[in-house]
Parts: sequence; structure tokens; C-alpha cells
Amino acid sequence: MASAKYSLPPLPYGYDALEPSISAQIMTLHHTKHHQTYINNLNANLASLATATSAHDIVASLHLQNALTFNAGGHINHTLFWESLIPASSPHAQPTAAPQLATALSARFGSLALFQEKFTVLLLGLKGSGWGWLVQDTETGALELVTSKDQDIVPAGKKPILGVDFWEHAYYLQYLNDKAAYAKGIWKIVNWKVLEERYEGAFEGVFWASGGVEE
Amino acid sequence: MSATLFRTSTAARSALRAGAATRAASAASTSFVRGKATLPDLPYDYGALEPAISGKIMELHHKNHHQTYVNSFNTATEQLQAAESKQDIAAQIALQPVINFHGGGHINHTLFWENLAPSKNGGGGEPAGQLKTAIETSYGSLSSFKTKFNAALAGIQGSGWAWLVKDTETGQVQIRTYANQDPVVGKYKPLLGIDAWEHAYYLQYQNRKAEYFSAVWDVVNWKTVEKRL
Repeated sequence: MASAKYSLPPLPYGYDALEPSISAQIMTLHHTKHHQTYINNLNANLASLATATSAHDIVASLHLQNALTFNAGGHINHTLFWESLIPASSPHAQPTAAPQLATALSARFGSLALFQEKFTVLLLGLKGSGWGWLVQDTETGALELVTSKDQDIVPAGKKPILGVDFWEHAYYLQYLNDKAAYAKGIWKIVNWKVLEERYEGAFEGVFWASGGVEE
Repeated sequence: MSATLFRTSTAARSALRAGAATRAASAASTSFVRGKATLPDLPYDYGALEPAISGKIMELHHKNHHQTYVNSFNTATEQLQAAESKQDIAAQIALQPVINFHGGGHINHTLFWENLAPSKNGGGGEPAGQLKTAIETSYGSLSSFKTKFNAALAGIQGSGWAWLVKDTETGQVQIRTYANQDPVVGKYKPLLGIDAWEHAYYLQYQNRKAEYFSAVWDVVNWKTVEKRL
């Protein structure tokens, strides 16, 4: 049984396009090294899983789950992240590009500014590597803030709207230990148009909007 | 465990004793003075571990990261003290993850600085005596131990530490990994810890963390590790 092969999705902008919020050096390493490594390891995990499955080796299959969660999560989370960013000069970097979501966020958090403050606090509260997320509960439609550790994806029943990478590799070369400056600066380069599409669209449409999977 | 780890200043310790005496004498108006955790001095210069670990990394790691764990631990301890005095059990429980994280960060980094040394002060080389025997009993040889330790470091998913620990029940040594700043506590005694957080190597090695894991052995202070056994 041949397993699916995943490949690195190209960035929808240049490596230096997010400067000065995120440096070209960070973007280059983050995309060509870190994201690529998750994909390489994911493909290796899937090949091992296919072997274990065809051999009916359920113990070996279970032993692969941890690595699969980590590497598949790394691929999914980074893909969602790249898509949710855009150069600050774009009109899509303004909340006006997301009228429905902006209204819903103001209703939920009091104002857009209060939402952004809460999101910053969420990120700064992470203990170790992980992500901060704005998600929508797929049953109630409620907007919520959650964190996921390491490369865990958001839990089932939650649709990711925005994920911010808070691993040190996402900011350290530029911000060093001043992670608050990175967290606050990210709002200059958020692609509100994409956030609006995720908010308005179906759960399935959020993932792989710009590819990243090859059979 | 290090003498500097939970160091309180002499003045603070005197204050503690004085406070106790005062309370015994007149229980009416005493305020408990708790010793504060403080950032221990490095036993070598920031640049002393080069080229294994750059001076810039060491300076940021010690002055900024470790200091933040110390500050946040002291803040959490004060909050815990307030919750205890109000007998607010829920608040005390809610503080546990913060204390584990920042207290762990303080303990782990303190042990880490001490189990490193520049080569002119004995860094690198090989373990001797009982430690050598213990490692060979568990892992066959030093080189096989290092290979397994580096694999454990590379396998950490996210932030964390790898440790050589002693199981105080069996007396055997073994490699264990810990997430984030979880400290080595319980039946395990920490002997040698290597920080695998990205801030420990990223400015110098970026994503090539395997190079950091192999270089760090050049500055391991085996004498300190042996004393902890």
C-alpha cells in the first residue's frame, strides 16, 4: 500500500515580505528547514505506518502515533500559519477585510483591541513550545481562544480561524527573549481576508486551502 | 543539590530567625519574611564555553531567561503565600502549574550552569570513578551513552530537557526527558541536564540542533556530575 506523500507548500509571498514584523532570515529557516523537516518526518512516519498496518502490527502502529501527531501537526499548523499572514502593505492586513468576523469578535470580546490583548495574554501564558489559536466551536458557533502544546492541532469540534506560532524558532533570531514584542507585532501582518473566509466557510475548507498534499 | 540553589541572603535568613523569635515572644503583629530565590552567578564568564556555546547565548540565557524564571517564581510564591494565609485552597491549586514551570526553570538552569565548565576548568573529557562504572553498567560504554543521550535530546517534541538521573530506589543511572521546565523530582535524582529549549542554541545553531547536542559534550563538567551521584 503506497502512502500519501506530503510536500512543502510554497509561501504565498516572498521570504522578506513580512519584514519588519518577521525577518527574512526567520521566514527562510522556518519554511525551508523547520516546516520541511515536519513534512519529511511525516512522510517517513506514514510509510512506517503503512508497513505496520499491512503487517497487522498494531503495537508498532500505536508506537507511531506520537510521532505522527507531532509531525502531521507541524505540517498542518505551519500551513495554516503561512496562509493567515500577508505583507502589512496589503489591504487584507486590515480588519476591514473581515467585516463579519470583526463584528463577531467585537461582540464576543468587547472590541477588536480587547480581543488582541486577550490573544497576547494567551500567547504569553504558554509554558514551552506551542500555538495560540482563535477557533470557532463547530456546534455552537462561539469564538474561543485556546492554546495547543508543541505541534498539537486544535481539538476536534473547533475550527481554526487564526493560529500564531509561539515556538522560539518563530521569533528568537529577531526578538530574542522579548516574545511580547513578537506577539504584539503579529497583528500588522494578519491576513484578515483569509480569517474571514475561514470564519464564513465550512470546516473542511480551512485545511489545505492552498494545497500541501500530494498523492 | 547546589548550595546556591535556594540561596537566601544572610540578612534574609537572619530575618527569618528573628521573625520566628518575635512571633514566639508576641504573636500579635508579625509579618512572615520569606527568603527569595536569586539568580546565582555563573561559575565562569559568558564567553568561556565558546565555541560550544556562544557568549551571546550564555548572556541572554543567564541574564534574561533564567532571571525571568527567578522573578516569576518569586511572584508566584508571594501569591501562594497570600492564598495560604486566606486559606484559599482553589487559588493554591491554581498556582501549582506556574510554580512548577518557573520553579523548575530556576532549578534546571542552576543545575545546568554547574554541570558545564570551560575545558580549562575541566570541561569535556570523560567521567571517572563510580560515575564511569554506573554509566557503563547501564549503557555499556561512554560513547554508547552519549549516542543514546543525543537521541533522547533530538526526540524531545517541543521544549524540554534530557537528564542523566539516578533512580534512588535501584541506584541505577538512566536517561530521562522532561517537558518544558518540569524538574527532576521524586525518586529520580538529577545528575546531568542538557537544555533542549531552542533559546539554548538557536542564535548559534539555528535548526541544526544535532550540532549543538554533539558540541555540548566538550563543556560537560563531569566532576560536578560525579559529586551529584
